[in-house]
Amino acid sequence: MTTKQSFITIDGVSKHFGDVIAVDNVSIDIEQGEFFSLLGPSGCGKTTLLRMLAGFESTTSGEIYLDGKAMSEIPPHQRPTNMVFQNYAIFPHLDVSGNIAYGLRKDKLGKVEQTRRVDEALEMVKLPGYGKRRAHELSGGQLQRIALARALVKRPKVLLLDEPLGALDKKLREEMQLELRALQESVGITFIFVTHDQEEALTLSDRVAVMARGEVLQMASPQQLYNRPFNVEVADFIGQMNFFDAEVMDLQDDEALLDVQGLGQLKASAEGEFVQKGASIVVALRPEKLLLSEKGDAGDENTVKGELSTSAYLGSRSHFFVAVDGCEEPIEVAGQDAGFGAGESLQRGGEVWLSWARESLVLLPVT
Amino acid sequence: MKNVSYIDRPNRPLFVYAVLFLAFLYVPVLFLPLFSFNDSQYIAFPIENWTLRWYRDMANNEPMLAALMNSIRVGAVASILSTFLGIFGAKAVTRYRIPGQEPIIAVIMAPLVIPGIILGVALLILINRAGITLSLYTVTLGHILVCVPFAMATLMTRFEGFDKSMEEASADLGENAWWTFWRVTLPMVFPGVLASLLLCFTISFDEFILAFFLGGTDPTLPLYMWGQLRFPQRLPNVLAMGACILLISFFVVFFSQWLVRRDPDSPKSAG
Ligand SMILES: Nc1ncnc2c1ncn2[C@@H]1O[C@H](COP(=O)(O)OP(=O)(O)O)[C@@H](O)[C@H]1O
Ligand SMILES: [Mg+2]
Repeated sequence: MTTKQSFITIDGVSKHFGDVIAVDNVSIDIEQGEFFSLLGPSGCGKTTLLRMLAGFESTTSGEIYLDGKAMSEIPPHQRPTNMVFQNYAIFPHLDVSGNIAYGLRKDKLGKVEQTRRVDEALEMVKLPGYGKRRAHELSGGQLQRIALARALVKRPKVLLLDEPLGALDKKLREEMQLELRALQESVGITFIFVTHDQEEALTLSDRVAVMARGEVLQMASPQQLYNRPFNVEVADFIGQMNFFDAEVMDLQDDEALLDVQGLGQLKASAEGEFVQKGASIVVALRPEKLLLSEKGDAGDENTVKGELSTSAYLGSRSHFFVAVDGCEEPIEVAGQDAGFGAGESLQRGGEVWLSWARESLVLLPVT
Repeated sequence: MKNVSYIDRPNRPLFVYAVLFLAFLYVPVLFLPLFSFNDSQYIAFPIENWTLRWYRDMANNEPMLAALMNSIRVGAVASILSTFLGIFGAKAVTRYRIPGQEPIIAVIMAPLVIPGIILGVALLILINRAGITLSLYTVTLGHILVCVPFAMATLMTRFEGFDKSMEEASADLGENAWWTFWRVTLPMVFPGVLASLLLCFTISFDEFILAFFLGGTDPTLPLYMWGQLRFPQRLPNVLAMGACILLISFFVVFFSQWLVRRDPDSPKSAG
């Protein structure tokens, strides 16, 4: 039995289904008490990885260590993990109390203690008094809470959640996100949370692993993922992003002189080994890092003139699309409340100026 | 007619067809209870005197009651064992990916299409070769053979409409395969189990050919009735008996349908 440093170590794990490689050589370390998310588009292997942690799928290669113990020989019913299933999997032949108490049989608690634990769990998920209901009498959000209570009442070392909020409507989902985070902090259990919703992952998590095609593309805190994505794919998946082809003209110490399509020549701090003199790279800029104004200084290198093509009203804010000479696609800009208002005074087809801070430029390798 | 959708519009030819079809199915059967109240031994209209005496006679008819008990015993054992085998068979073919699954299912289902007489002769030869004396046990064995496919078919629908993640949730909550079976699988397929028990019992109860080939000296009810037909004066007794069986079968079928409908998680209603 190997003892590893981290609480959970996923060590070079792969899973093949025939010719399909669902999970490809994934290595992740997760600390105790962490809220960790697996984020990626549908079919990227998130569920498969979670099911290997729970023990429902064997690993094709690699090993999972939990609290220092290798898991491959341990069947699901003996693992210190519990799962909230994507479809909740609430037993229809039992009432809510029966569902929550299901995993307590072996603890031999006695009736009074068991009832107390069940009531406590219902209290925790804010459904006190629901013990006698059946699954078909409950809404999606309530089923989700019962599934959570049923898993947490076992006091697992790790809670696995497979897109638990996916079936809920937007408002309920946002409510549940806050509750889930608060719950995780109060119980202090490690959560591994699967989602395809980047906003959800960023809101909830301490750390996020972005997956695609069975691989982990980047593993970082939400802030790092947002501000310093590793590559175009991650940047594209996390939030909105404008991409520009660019060439490195010159490189001096930490400073690169770039020729960026549409934006002209500008300087940026050179991060990453791919930034070499003469290399083709991609420059990325978040819509909310761009400032829109009616007047601008043509002499400033971090400014460019364009023409307003369309705007999209998103409720709390507006997004504008600005056509710039030399760019194939219009540049997306988030409207700021300050200064420019909601941009109502802007005319479609009118001349506008975009400016940005030099630190906002993200340099990415060409894929 | 204005507010009636196309699909709800009355369809006269179809209605006539349905009535004729039902008449063809049930009118002959209904003659049985009708003439069981006829005082005369001869089946002819008009019925002159009505009587309950054939029903009264049944209560004192020792051989018939013995045959009835034989049928109930054979039916009970055959239905329980077939359903038991059916549960594991259905679970195996719907849950696990077994190599050669399709041919296995075909082989299990084969007794459905093998003519009873062939099955009867084949089993008789086999049992004789093995030196086993014919008795109600051998009849039960034959009945299990014909009941298992029905049990499998009934239970397979139930298992197919059953979400696999329920069993995973049970394992996840700490129960091994055995406890998962008792605490989740069986309760969830229970309506299917009941339906299978009732179906197998009915099949065994009125099975004639295998009981004829494989039976020893103790007759089952259908064999006894067939034997009685040689004596014309016993015909009204047989009719009364038949009427009782008809009534009971009706209730059994009705009850099993009700069980399946009532269940809110049946695959049919849950979709
Ligand atoms: N039991 C299975 N048999 C065959 N292929 C599977 C199985 N489970 C998952 N896959 C495949 O593995 C890939 C990853 O699936 P999954 O882990 O469910 O992705 P996600 O949860 O990220 O949407 C998909 O291509 C899927 O078709
Ligand atoms: Mg999934």
